[in-house]
Amino acid sequence: MAFRRFVSHRAAVVSCAIIAFLTIFVIFAPFTARYGVNQSVQGPPNSFLNPRANAWLGTDDIGRDLYSRLIYGVRVSLLIGLASAIISVTLGALVGAVAGFRGGKFDDIMMRVTDLFLAFPFLVTLLVVRNVLGALPWLRPITGDMSSVRFIIVLFGLFGWMGVARIVRGQVLSLKEREFVEAARAVGASRRYIIARHLLPNSVGPIMVALTFSVVGAIIGESTLAFFGYGPQAGDGATSLGILVGAAKGAVQTGYWWLAVFPCLVLIIIALSINFIGDALRDATDPRLDRGV
Amino acid sequence: MLRYILRRLAWSIPTLLIVTFLVYLALRIGTDPVASYKRVNPRATRAKVAEYIDVNGLDPNFVQGYFKWLKNFVTGEWPRSIKGRREVWPALKDAMANTLRLGTAATVVGIFFGLIAGVLAALRPGGKRDVFINTSAFVGISVPPFISAIMFQLLFAVYWQKWFGESLFPTSGVYPAGHTGFDLFLMLKFMALPTLVVAIQIIATYSRYMRSSLLDVLNSDYMRTARSKGISERRVLVKHGMRNALIPVVTIAALDVGSIVGGLIITENIFSYPGMGLYFLKSFGEGDFPLLMPWMVVIVASVLFFNLIADISYAWLDPRIRLD
Repeated sequence: MAFRRFVSHRAAVVSCAIIAFLTIFVIFAPFTARYGVNQSVQGPPNSFLNPRANAWLGTDDIGRDLYSRLIYGVRVSLLIGLASAIISVTLGALVGAVAGFRGGKFDDIMMRVTDLFLAFPFLVTLLVVRNVLGALPWLRPITGDMSSVRFIIVLFGLFGWMGVARIVRGQVLSLKEREFVEAARAVGASRRYIIARHLLPNSVGPIMVALTFSVVGAIIGESTLAFFGYGPQAGDGATSLGILVGAAKGAVQTGYWWLAVFPCLVLIIIALSINFIGDALRDATDPRLDRGV
Repeated sequence: MLRYILRRLAWSIPTLLIVTFLVYLALRIGTDPVASYKRVNPRATRAKVAEYIDVNGLDPNFVQGYFKWLKNFVTGEWPRSIKGRREVWPALKDAMANTLRLGTAATVVGIFFGLIAGVLAALRPGGKRDVFINTSAFVGISVPPFISAIMFQLLFAVYWQKWFGESLFPTSGVYPAGHTGFDLFLMLKFMALPTLVVAIQIIATYSRYMRSSLLDVLNSDYMRTARSKGISERRVLVKHGMRNALIPVVTIAALDVGSIVGGLIITENIFSYPGMGLYFLKSFGEGDFPLLMPWMVVIVASVLFFNLIADISYAWLDPRIRLD
């Protein structure tokens, strides 16, 4: 039933196809890319070439092929999005389920903290939290260097759980009054058992929705950070969508439109597709929603 | 009502203190103010550094340091910036004025068009107009502001100049370099693109809020009652429909200040607009503690203030809400 509702959302099906295609495309980057991530397309002069036969989307300031770099960049960005979303959804689902089920002081404090974080301008909180994480030496083994991709994954993993926790908490609050939970409690099921076997499985819909939105959030967040120069650093020529979009800033005034348009376009397509999928998932898994009305 | 407001006001003071303490902690751990002072002023004498530590409340003991900072902040003895020893208040005041102007313009434009779009969509749900508005709003939410900012700059400034000889809108600052005095037309021209970038986000968000809120109301029993009493459709919509649909929207608008400020920070930076966002990114990049703390206090206070407004307006607009 839920599946049929999902499939009836046409934009979401197209989005799924786009994301699947993109994923396969970037996984096989060594075959699909025409040049190495750090390889120039031809001998000098090769910088800022506009799109042409040997560089489909043009070249950047040191003559590297934008098309190939986009493939490698999307690969890193999708990894960041997926990995950090899994971390934040796991954390958020646990915290949200426990807070919603136990209620009381823990719930109050958790939700206060969440409200506070969500009320602040996103970029400010992100930058401050980023610096604090980077300044704690005992976190270094987990987070790695501040300019690494791993650091960004941990940052968004720790940053994104609050929205998820709030959604799962709401779901659990309504579920825990239902008869089957009461029945489970009546036969003596432990709290942990009820959360693990009844509450979380029944919240799969909202959790999946939260997962898709976390992926988008992390991908856009990484681009935003990179755009302002706080993202992962391009060590050894490695790249990400954020680094490419960040380079667009300098390309605008000089009129190298391809450096601005193509990375931004790819980012928009990815963000839109995943958002459509999330939207359709929400419609499909929420029986209260009447589609079209 | 008055008691409720007073109680909420009384609560906001300890909240403000706790949050500013957390900010103080985060900035001290995250930016290491003493180190950045020494970096910017490599030839500062030991006495100068000690004075800097003292006046900013940067004691090794965080709690003591916080209260020292708080005392200086409240009594108006604000330390000067680490770079160039500038006074903080004039810079902060200018930034606030500029952001307030941009933010107000964008919010007014955004909410106005957002509400209209939402109402138009909700009147005929499922129709062509609804699908168009809904899809555009979806795209508007999905595109991050820095992308639309870049695209506008490329289109209206760089390529417009290439095609028509003169760029349609300037892309940075509030006035051209060297301009003095007040010029409304020029200012509006400079504000056009940044306003548009922020307004798009607001329009997209609010058309969706308004649509779903109005749909809820339109399907409710009292609307049927009003219609069955023979009141004209227009009157039913405006008096019963719109008024009730606006209640949740007003609340969300007040709670949304944080995300609007977030959009402003990004937009200001791209358009080099000298507001709170540019102020923050500059001073954060330099680790300028004396500049950063007052900025944080302003932001925390305004977030708390608008939260308060949201609660009060909610209680005031919706008589079903009990205050205790």
